[in-house]
Amino acid sequence: MNHTLLRTMTQLLIAPIMVFALYVQFHGDFGPGGGFQAGVIFAAAVILYGIVFGIRAAKKAIPDGILRAMAAFGVLLYGGVGVATMLLGGRYLEYGVLAHDPVHGQHYGIILVELGVGIAVASVMILIFYAFASRGEPDDR
Amino acid sequence: MDNLAVIQVLLPLLSAPLCLLFNKARLAWMIAVVVSWAALFVSLSLLVMVNDNGPIIYEQGGWPAPIGIVYHVDILTAFVLLIVTSIAAVVMPYAGKSVEKEIPVSKQPAFFSALLLCMAGLLGIVSTGDAFNVFVFLEISSLATYALLSQGKDRRSLTSTFQYLIMGTIGGTFILIGIGLIYMKTGTLNMADLADRLPAVFDSRTVHASFAFLTVGICLKLALFPLHLWLPNAYTYAPSVVTIFVAATSTKVAVYMLLRFSFTVFGVDLVFAKLPLTEVLLPLAIVGILVGSLAAIKQSNIKRMLAYSSVAQIGYMILGISFVSASGLTGGILHLFNHAIIKAALFMALGAVAYQIGSTHIDALKGLAKKMPWTFAGFAIGGLSIIGVPLTAGFVSKWYLVLAAIEKEWWIVVAVLLVGSLLAVIYIWRVVEVAYFQTADDESDIQVKEAPLQLLIPLWILVIANIYFGINTSLTVESASSAATMLLGANS
Amino acid sequence: MIDEIIGLYNYWVVIFLMMTGFYVVIASTNLVKKIIGLNIFQTSVFILYITMGKVADGTAPILEEGITSYSNPLPHVLILTAIVVGVATTAVGLALVVRIKEAYDTIEEDEIHDQDDSL
Repeated sequence: MNHTLLRTMTQLLIAPIMVFALYVQFHGDFGPGGGFQAGVIFAAAVILYGIVFGIRAAKKAIPDGILRAMAAFGVLLYGGVGVATMLLGGRYLEYGVLAHDPVHGQHYGIILVELGVGIAVASVMILIFYAFASRGEPDDR
Repeated sequence: MDNLAVIQVLLPLLSAPLCLLFNKARLAWMIAVVVSWAALFVSLSLLVMVNDNGPIIYEQGGWPAPIGIVYHVDILTAFVLLIVTSIAAVVMPYAGKSVEKEIPVSKQPAFFSALLLCMAGLLGIVSTGDAFNVFVFLEISSLATYALLSQGKDRRSLTSTFQYLIMGTIGGTFILIGIGLIYMKTGTLNMADLADRLPAVFDSRTVHASFAFLTVGICLKLALFPLHLWLPNAYTYAPSVVTIFVAATSTKVAVYMLLRFSFTVFGVDLVFAKLPLTEVLLPLAIVGILVGSLAAIKQSNIKRMLAYSSVAQIGYMILGISFVSASGLTGGILHLFNHAIIKAALFMALGAVAYQIGSTHIDALKGLAKKMPWTFAGFAIGGLSIIGVPLTAGFVSKWYLVLAAIEKEWWIVVAVLLVGSLLAVIYIWRVVEVAYFQTADDESDIQVKEAPLQLLIPLWILVIANIYFGINTSLTVESASSAATMLLGANS
Repeated sequence: MIDEIIGLYNYWVVIFLMMTGFYVVIASTNLVKKIIGLNIFQTSVFILYITMGKVADGTAPILEEGITSYSNPLPHVLILTAIVVGVATTAVGLALVVRIKEAYDTIEEDEIHDQDDSL
């Protein structure tokens, strides 16, 4: 799309969208928010970029190989927290054992789990967009 | 040690992203094999633990039951977990060779990842003690199944998967509505809590509607006759490994859901006394047995024939449930296990045929038994088992079903069971006759050889299991009958 | 009578959406329309859940001074999960439609049936 207005507005919008995504992500354990929402908002920024500047530019910014790894990593981070709590003698996802003070443990646990969810959701959403948008492109595998 | 209940589900769930992360076909396969055997070991230990010490209730995150989500492993759970993991443990080694031929290398890591996710979903449905979690795991396994089924080489795999996706999602959404309505009425999602609170409000229309939605949704998933339409096409065009795994496990897990919801959550006394569940399930099961078997006889694609035979066999399981008696339920639950090993063996034999000649059409099988003696001997023994010949596993479960029918003096049902077996003789005989007693049309494909050992060994493990569990029935019958007593005594 | 119609209006919305979605799934032959119908069908269930989470006079479930009555947040969480499931289902469904379009060059159900008469 070669519309100057669109391009400029998009450039202005993308950064605030990403910051908002991070706010929703890290504010999630005090107020409304969390990994799902943050991941989708973050993905929306990249998808907007991809729609306006073309799928190739988006793929140049965030290649899909990295996204694939990030999606897997997000799930593993979430599961890894659960495994870690089991190794520390608690139950699966019993965050209390993660720190000396159980309340701190709850904080660490939920932040890590939500981070895992956020990374996984954002990368999967962008991957879905890539998969549909680049269908039929010459560089499509 | 209690952690085993959650490790069972975590093993495949967390190894699925690992397959994707490393992105190497061989490595993904090896991960799948190791994980499936570890999962089998875990489920065996769970079965032993449950047998010795009674049910395990595992509180996730250390939150007690009504607040937190619990995993609830009792004897029935452990038995169904064993079915899923043991099938996975033989299918995964088999997959190494079979997938090589049917899935492009670049897609193999994702393929194994989806296979492990499907397994994780099925194990999760079985072990969770939370009604909403059932829906979540159901969708995990269903979505993985859609992805797997659509990988067939024939383009018809796409349309049949689409059909399944539509029907499966409607079924899943019905289950979601059902769970929502009972939550609305009781304010809890924990199954034990639901079982406590539902009797007080059982006579309301909300609860009845909820039960109807749940039953129809689950019956869609387990492909009970008239809701079976998605099954034959989906099984026929899928890659061999997927057909083996899905046919042997996912319908069994759906039957487990039906048992769990109608017997434990809603309560066997109330459901069968106040709602016409037997009156609905029994005729459908009978028609399913007859129609499924008759349709199987007409098929010219053997994979499709076995798929229709699955529709009939699901009828047997539902028949066992609709008796609501100890021996009927024992037969039904036993048939979950026996049908899993029978169907897995038959589909594995076909998978070996497809590996060697690339077709499962009946004309392609002419005289093939001479060239692939071990494969077809395995097919024949699996066939005997599905017919229900004594000394095979299939006989044991049918025996209990016949006993239950005689106990209730439902002579028509006894007749249907016998006719069903006779029809099975016909469709199995068609294959045996073509493979053993006809000669190939042209001699050009004389170079067809026996399937590689990597396919034959898993096949024969299952064939021997079919004979072993037909002779030594102590493990299966004991587990099934104590599960049946538990279900019947749950709320009385 | 009037109470049942007006007082329970959100349930009427649920039923209307559910039937609309179901009808679209069954009646349309276009595969994309079928998926849209499926989405409407699922959305009706989301509204059913959200409805049951509402507590009369309850506010948003955020801990705050001076507020005693909160709406039930659990159905919201449940339905967030269901929405994610719905998105995933839609993605898989549309991916299948893309592949079907490539294999058959059409997304009309009857034309696909004409091409291979097996279904």
